[in-house]
Amino acid sequence: MKYLKFLLPLGVFLGLVVFLAAGLKLNPREVPSPLIDKPAPAFSLTQLENPAQTIRRDDLLGKVWMLNVWASWCVACRQEHPLLVKFAQSKLLPIYGLNYKDSRPDGLQWLARFGNPYDASLFDQDGRVGIDWGVYGVPETFIIDRQGVVRFKHIGPLTPDVIRSRIEPLVRKLNG
Amino acid sequence: MAKLIWVLFFSAFALLGHAKEAVLAAQDPVLEARMVRITSELRCLVCQNQTIADSHAALAVDLRNQVMEQLQQGQSDQQIIDYMTARYGDFVLYRPPLKASTVVLWFGPGLLLPISLAALFVVLRRRSRLPPEAFDPDEPETPGPEAHRH
Repeated sequence: MKYLKFLLPLGVFLGLVVFLAAGLKLNPREVPSPLIDKPAPAFSLTQLENPAQTIRRDDLLGKVWMLNVWASWCVACRQEHPLLVKFAQSKLLPIYGLNYKDSRPDGLQWLARFGNPYDASLFDQDGRVGIDWGVYGVPETFIIDRQGVVRFKHIGPLTPDVIRSRIEPLVRKLNG
Repeated sequence: MAKLIWVLFFSAFALLGHAKEAVLAAQDPVLEARMVRITSELRCLVCQNQTIADSHAALAVDLRNQVMEQLQQGQSDQQIIDYMTARYGDFVLYRPPLKASTVVLWFGPGLLLPISLAALFVVLRRRSRLPPEAFDPDEPETPGPEAHRH
């Protein structure tokens, strides 16, 4: 009983520390996506490079692919870009860009300047497809499996750690 | 009195904030009112402490347009809410639905209150049973800084 008087506040304090420490590690910007394990939203968009060429979701069925949402006005995309260019060289999976609320000249210039890791970029001028995919903070990255189901989403710039510990094992598993 | 002035001061701010709602100019005032009502229930994911009705973020503008468009197509409020949660999850709802993962959110505060009241009651009862010797004698009132009550 005598000890309880001291242990109780200590316990409460430690509990608080645990909660606050966990809170520090949480990123409130990372909202869980309801799309995970659901069919990828349909789209039909022209290519950034070629307005005459249309790509639909169903064109990509049968392969595991990555969708990376980017824009020339997006600062964090530039930060992520060298890593994506390097990752593309590994040819682990096809990477499609979603050029989000951009203009064709700006987007093309950006790719010419910083390198183009994408097999193709889809041109989403009004951001409508972005909304369907629940995009709210560019860059965002999705992995879609052969059946066209979204299996993974990363919000914000990719990091070497995310690629190594999440994306590479998942792609190998899906391709395996 | 000072307290009352502060309260008035801050409520004036709250009203100002309300008046400044970033709303699209639309032709139909009825639809617009519905649009504002729906988007006031939805969280803007870019600036998470604002509603889509309040926010000036580009995405919020797009989503207000989207809601307006769907209203013009004759969609019901619930259909529009479903459209939003299908894309952004329950997180966009300022009133989260009651389900297993939100039980703590809904009932946690309601449980904490009786628990803390019970704890308070137990502590006070224990103290009231203690003999007077258990307490430090009251300090005699001395003039000086001590007399300056908060």
